[in-house]
Amino acid sequence: MDTNRRSFLKLGGLCALGLGALPVVDALGKSDLPQVMNNPQALVGKRWAMVVDMKKCWEKGKPGCKDCILACHVTHNVPDIGSIKEEVKWLWTEPFENAFPGQESQFLPTEVMEKPFMVLCNHCAQAPCVRVCPTQATFKRADGITMMDFHRCIGCRYCMAGCPYGARSFNWKDPRNFIKTELNMTFPTRERGVVEKCNFCDERLGVGKIPACVEACKDGCLHFGDLQDPNSEVRKILASHFTIRRKPELGTDPSVYYII
Amino acid sequence: MKIYNANKIIPGLIIFLGLITFPMWYNMGKAAPPPEIKFDTPVIQQMAVKQCVLPKADMRTGHMQLLNEWRTQVVRNGYRTYVAADGKEYNMSLQNECIKCHSNKTQFCDQCHVYAGLQLGSVPYCWTCHIAPKEAK
Amino acid sequence: MLDRAFTGSQRYYRLLMGLLVFMGLGFAAYLFQLNKGLTITGMGRDVSWGIYIAQFTFLVGVAASAVMVVLPYYLHNIKVFGKITILGEFLAVASVTMCLLFIIVDLGKPMRLLNVLLYPTPNSILFWDMIVLNGYLFLNILIGWNVLDAERKGVPYPHWVKPLIYLSIPWAISIHTVTAFLYAGLPARHYWLTAIMAARFLSSAFCSGPALLILLAYTVKKYTKFDPGQEAIEKLSIIMTYAMIISVFFVGLEFFTAFYSQIPSHMHSLVYLFKGLEGHRFLVPFMWLFAALAVFALVMLLNPNTKRDEKKLKIACVAVFFSMWLEKGLGLIVAGFIPNPFDQVREYSPSIPEIMIALGVWATGFFVLTVLYKIATSVKEEVA
Ligand code: HEC
Ligand code: HEC
Ligand code: HEC
Repeated sequence: MDTNRRSFLKLGGLCALGLGALPVVDALGKSDLPQVMNNPQALVGKRWAMVVDMKKCWEKGKPGCKDCILACHVTHNVPDIGSIKEEVKWLWTEPFENAFPGQESQFLPTEVMEKPFMVLCNHCAQAPCVRVCPTQATFKRADGITMMDFHRCIGCRYCMAGCPYGARSFNWKDPRNFIKTELNMTFPTRERGVVEKCNFCDERLGVGKIPACVEACKDGCLHFGDLQDPNSEVRKILASHFTIRRKPELGTDPSVYYII
Repeated sequence: MKIYNANKIIPGLIIFLGLITFPMWYNMGKAAPPPEIKFDTPVIQQMAVKQCVLPKADMRTGHMQLLNEWRTQVVRNGYRTYVAADGKEYNMSLQNECIKCHSNKTQFCDQCHVYAGLQLGSVPYCWTCHIAPKEAK
Repeated sequence: MLDRAFTGSQRYYRLLMGLLVFMGLGFAAYLFQLNKGLTITGMGRDVSWGIYIAQFTFLVGVAASAVMVVLPYYLHNIKVFGKITILGEFLAVASVTMCLLFIIVDLGKPMRLLNVLLYPTPNSILFWDMIVLNGYLFLNILIGWNVLDAERKGVPYPHWVKPLIYLSIPWAISIHTVTAFLYAGLPARHYWLTAIMAARFLSSAFCSGPALLILLAYTVKKYTKFDPGQEAIEKLSIIMTYAMIISVFFVGLEFFTAFYSQIPSHMHSLVYLFKGLEGHRFLVPFMWLFAALAVFALVMLLNPNTKRDEKKLKIACVAVFFSMWLEKGLGLIVAGFIPNPFDQVREYSPSIPEIMIALGVWATGFFVLTVLYKIATSVKEEVA
C-alpha cells in the first residue's frame, strides 16, 4: 500500500477520534452497578415550594422572633458582615412596602404596613438568574430548586442584576471571619468572589429533613411541600387560603406564597 | 552563516532556557523522602478491613476525579449516595465522608499534596469553603 | 511591520512611559483588589455593577463606531474615508481590548473565566457578548493588519480580506446590540427594560466614537506626517452630528414614556439621575453636566461653520464625547440599580482603588492604541 502524507493524516485523525471515544466505551462497559443514587430517606418532589403564613406569624409569634432566620444562617454558615453595603443574607425580613413595592397604600391595616415580611429566594419557575448566568453556575434542578454551584461561579454578578427580588448576595470579602455563630462543620462556607442565596436546604432534603427554617418555626408559620403533588400540605393551604406572591407580573412564577 | 545581533540573541536564549528549566534546577538536590502518610485516625483504626472508597491504587491516582464526580452528582444532580464496587454505600461528601475517615487532613491530604508540589492546603481551593477538621497539632 | 513600534521619537517613548506609569498604578490597585476582594470598590449588594461595567458598555460603543468609517468606504465607495479606516479599525482593537479587561477586573473569580467557554450557555447574553467581542477583536486585527501590510508593500490586499470586511460591518452592529441586550432583557430593572436600548446604544456609539476618532485624527495630523484629510474629518463630523441629535432625541423619548405614563417604577431612575430620589443626589450634578454639554455640542455642531474650524470642531468633539460618557459610562448602568428591587435608594460612588484600576485599563487601551497608530502612521509616511 502506498501511504502518502494525506492518507496518513486521515488515518491519524481517525485514530485520535477513536481515542477520544474511549471513555464513552469505558462508561458503557461498566454500568452494571448503580454508581450513584438517592439516599433512601431523601425527600423527593417535582417543584418544592413554600407558603409563609404571615398572619399566623404576627398573631402567634413572640415579638421580634427570628428563630427561622437564625436557624437558616447557622445551618449554612451565613456570615454577618455588619454593613448594609456588603450584607450577605439568605432569609430576612422586609416591610410590606419593600417586599411588595407598588402595592402599598396608606389605607391598608397598620398591621400589614408595620409588621415584617419574611423574604428569601423565590425559586422561580422562570428564574431570570438562571436565564442570564453565563456558566450555568446557577441552574434549575429537577425538583424546582434554583441551585447555586459554588464551584463554577465566576462572580460576574449578572444574576444579581437579573434577580427581581434582591435575593442574591455577593461575597465582597472573605466571609469566614464574619461567621459570628458557631460553625456548622457539616456545611461548607463560601469564599470571596462568589454569589450565594437560599438553597431551599437541598442538603437537608437529600437526607430526609425539611428545611431548617420550617423546622425552627415553632408556631408553624412556614409550610414546605411539592406544588406538583395535589395532596401536599402546600397545595391544601393554597386551595383554602388567599395567597399572594412577590411581583407575579414579571412572569417569573415564584414558588413562595404569602398569607396575610 | 552569520547571526545578526548575536550579542543579544545568544544571551537571550541562554536566559530563556534558564528560566524555563528553573523548576528543575530549583528542586535539584532536594529529592525529598516520600512523606509518611498516616492512617491512624480513630475511624480507620476501628475498621476491620482497611478499605477506601476505591482500591488503594485507584484512590491514589484517581481521588480527584472521584471528588469531582461526587461534587457534580450532589450539587447538580441531587444524588447523595455512592455505591462502591463492593456494594458499600458512601455519602458523597468531601467534608463529611472523606474527612470522617481521614480526619487527620494535615497529616494525610496535605502531606501528600505538599510532597507532590500541589500545596492544596495553602492555595485557596477546596478548603477555603469546605471546613477542614479540627486537629490536635 | 511590528518593528515600527520600536523606532520612534523621544515624544513617542515619553508617551508610552507615561501610560506605563498609569498601567502600573492600575495593576498595583488590581493586585490589592485580588487580595482583598471586590470589597475595595464602591459596589455593594444593591448597586452590584459600577464603573467597570459602565466603562465596558461605553467602550463597546467606541469599538462599534469603527463601522462609521468602514461602511461608507467599502459599501458606498466614499474615497475620502480610505485613509482613515485604519485609524477606525485600530481604535476598535484598542477599545475591545479595554472592554475585555474591564470584564475581567469586574469578576469575583477571574481565574475561573474559562468556565464561560467550558460550559457554553446559549441562553445567557453574556456568553454571546463574549463571543461577539472576541470575534470583533479578531476581525479588526486581521483586517487592519492585512490592509496596512498590503499598502506598505504597494500591492492589493489578499482577496480573502474583503469578505471579512463585509462581515465586520454587521458584526460591529451586533456587538453593541448584544451589549444592549445584556440590560434590556432583565425583568427587574425598569430603567433598562426598554425596547430602544439597542438603538440608544448604537446612536450614542456613533457620536462618541467618531468624536474620539476626529480628535485622534487631528492629533495624528499634528504629530506625524500623515494627514487623514480634512474632508474625511468633515464627513465624519456630519455623521457625528446626526448621531448626536438622535441620541438626545432617544433620551427625550425615555423621558416622555416615563413621565407621561406616570408609572412610578419607570420614573424613579430618571428622577434619581436628574433630581435626586429620597434625598440622594450623588449623580445629579453629573447628569446636568451631561445635559449642558449635550446642548452645547448640538448648538456648536448645528452651525455648519464649526466643522471647518479645527479649534471649534475639537471643542465640540470633546463636548460630545464627555456628555455621552457621562450618560452611558456613568449614569445609565448605575441608575439601573437605583432604586433597588425593594424600592430603596442605595447610592454608589466609585472608590479610589476602583478609579485607579479603571484608569489603568484606559491607559492600557491607549498604550495599545498608541503602538498601533505608530505602526499605521509610519507605514503611511513611508508609502506617501
Ligand atoms: C471508610 C473510611 C474512608 C473513607 C470514607 C475514605 N477513605 Fe480514603 N482511605 C481509607 C483507608 C482505610 C485507606 C488505606 C487503604 C489501604 O491501605 O488499602 C485509604 C486510602 C486513601 C488514599 C490512598 C493513600 C495512599 O497511600 O496512596 C487516598 C488518596 C484516599 N484514601 C483519599 C480519600 C478521599 C479523597 C476520600 C473521599 C472521597 C476518602 N479517601 C474516603 C479510608 C477511607
Ligand atoms: C497519595 C498522595 C495523596 C493523598 C493521600 C491525597 N492526595 Fe489529593 N492529590 C494528589 C496528587 C498527586 C494530586 C494531583 C493530581 C493531578 O494533578 O493530576 C492530587 C489532587 C487532588 C485534588 C485536585 C486538585 C486540583 O487542582 O484539581 C483534590 C481535590 C484532592 N487531591 C483532594 C484530596 C483530599 C481531600 C485528600 C485527603 C482526603 C487527598 N487529596 C489526599 C495526591 C494525594
Ligand atoms: C466557593 C466555595 C467552595 C469551594 C472553593 C469548593 N466548594 Fe465544594 N461545595 C461548596 C458548597 C457551598 C457546597 C454545598 C452545596 C449545597 O449542598 O447547597 C459544596 C458541595 C460539595 C460537595 C458535595 C457535598 C459535600 O458536603 O461535600 C463536594 C463533593 C464538593 N463540594 C467538593 C469540592 C471539592 C473537591 C473542592 C475543591 C476542588 C470544592 N468542593 C471547592 C462550596 C465550595
